[in-house]
Amino acid sequence: MSRALHLLAPWALVAVILVVWQAGCALGHAPVFLLPAPTDIGAALAAGWPALLKAALNTLVMSLEAWIVALLVATPLAMLTALSPLIERALAPIAATLQVTPIVAIAPLFVIWAGLDHPERAITVLAAIVAFFPVFSGAVTGLASADKDLERLFDLYGATRLQRLLRLRLPSAVPFWLEGAKVAVGLAIVGAVVAEFVAGSGGSQGLAWRILESSHQLRTADMFAALLVLAILGAGLNAGVRRLEQTLLKTWRGR
Amino acid sequence: MIAALTAVEVDYAGRRALGPFTLGLEPGEIVALVGPSGCGKSTALRLLAGLEAPTRGQVTRAPGRGETAVVFQAPTLTPWASAEANAALPLELAGVGRREARSRAAEALRRVGLGEAARLKPAQLSGGMAMRASLARALVTEPRLLLLDEPFAALDEIARRRLADDVLALWRDTRPAIVFVTHNVEEAVYMAARVVVMSAGPGRIAGETLVDGPLPRPAGFRTTEAFRAAAEKVSADLDKGMGGGMGWGTGGGMGGSMAGGAA
Repeated sequence: MSRALHLLAPWALVAVILVVWQAGCALGHAPVFLLPAPTDIGAALAAGWPALLKAALNTLVMSLEAWIVALLVATPLAMLTALSPLIERALAPIAATLQVTPIVAIAPLFVIWAGLDHPERAITVLAAIVAFFPVFSGAVTGLASADKDLERLFDLYGATRLQRLLRLRLPSAVPFWLEGAKVAVGLAIVGAVVAEFVAGSGGSQGLAWRILESSHQLRTADMFAALLVLAILGAGLNAGVRRLEQTLLKTWRGR
Repeated sequence: MIAALTAVEVDYAGRRALGPFTLGLEPGEIVALVGPSGCGKSTALRLLAGLEAPTRGQVTRAPGRGETAVVFQAPTLTPWASAEANAALPLELAGVGRREARSRAAEALRRVGLGEAARLKPAQLSGGMAMRASLARALVTEPRLLLLDEPFAALDEIARRRLADDVLALWRDTRPAIVFVTHNVEEAVYMAARVVVMSAGPGRIAGETLVDGPLPRPAGFRTTEAFRAAAEKVSADLDKGMGGGMGWGTGGGMGGSMAGGAA
């Protein structure tokens, strides 16, 4: 009984909100461009789903590409910093500066570099920059997280630097790296959407572009429909990566 | 003499933590280091392992890789690797081929009673089993000096007694010298032929007790007169060591006279 309640609670709340929303729109006579009723949004979804699906796919591809680029760049860089304190010292200020620079501010630059015909490239790179940091800092933290007594054990048996990296630091870093990768996938979507707002054009055709386009034409129901798809995409991607993280962690520690 | 600390002193941040402290170890000898927290027991162990250098004084130890092994208070296993891979680590770090390392590790696990658990990862082992895996890893290189830093502290009474007997049984096979650190007087007397009591701040020797009786211990050793006498002497030394700075002198005096009678 209580378990069923547990499962039903979020859906019940959504249902209540939808009913109140619908009733409010009907009674308050709100103009549809200001606040469309849930049924209007449903209609927009039904009418526009092929285009929305295509846009969602574009956003998904850009986000995943950005995520993978971030993983491929951040991981070896973190390993380099683990090998040499000098490299870590050299990289730290650049990384910190880049991290606090708003993505929106550097977006136009990447649009120019990518070429106006390829806005999706600029979006991918910008989203990758956003997704870079959780992976990098997760890996750096993880590489320094090895148990102190295990470090002593490696001292005792005269382990080389490479042995220490491969047999102690890298495997110790795995849970931290996975956590960073999980955070990064959410940020990659945020990055892809924000970057498309700034850098996008008809050529990029992601969900953010659909939202922007609908807003310019005051098609508010279409905006809500695109937002809904975006939310579902983000939640789905997060859930998928969390599942992947849990599976990998289970393999890592044997249960 | 297989290893020795000669008049070693260790300072941390300008403050003396240990010494002057002198301890010599004969081959195959089992020595217990007992003392209050912060008396430098573990520091002495790290000096013997070569994991730390003394501020002053001299450390003599077997230089070869794998001649000295350490078991820490926690099992300190790598969570991503099986018990067998953990036990094989010292050999693999020394460049022994994977296949030979694994088969010797499996043998070491059998010796500590974990033959069946070779494929399990640390999260799948109980506390006592993990400690045994840690012991197997230490034994796999057949060290001449085995250093145990409160190895049973995290275990329940039954598990620690069983493991103590097992360590002594293992010792009988290859007879490494053993130095082990403990807070537990009974455990020290049960396992060691010589119990060295340390005083705190800075760590020095407060007393030394030789324990009569065969090793490994026969059944019922804990109820013998030799055990009782040695335990009382160690308790008295401990009181004496703590009494210096804290004014607990009366307990020390009483214990001392009792031990004197027993000896």
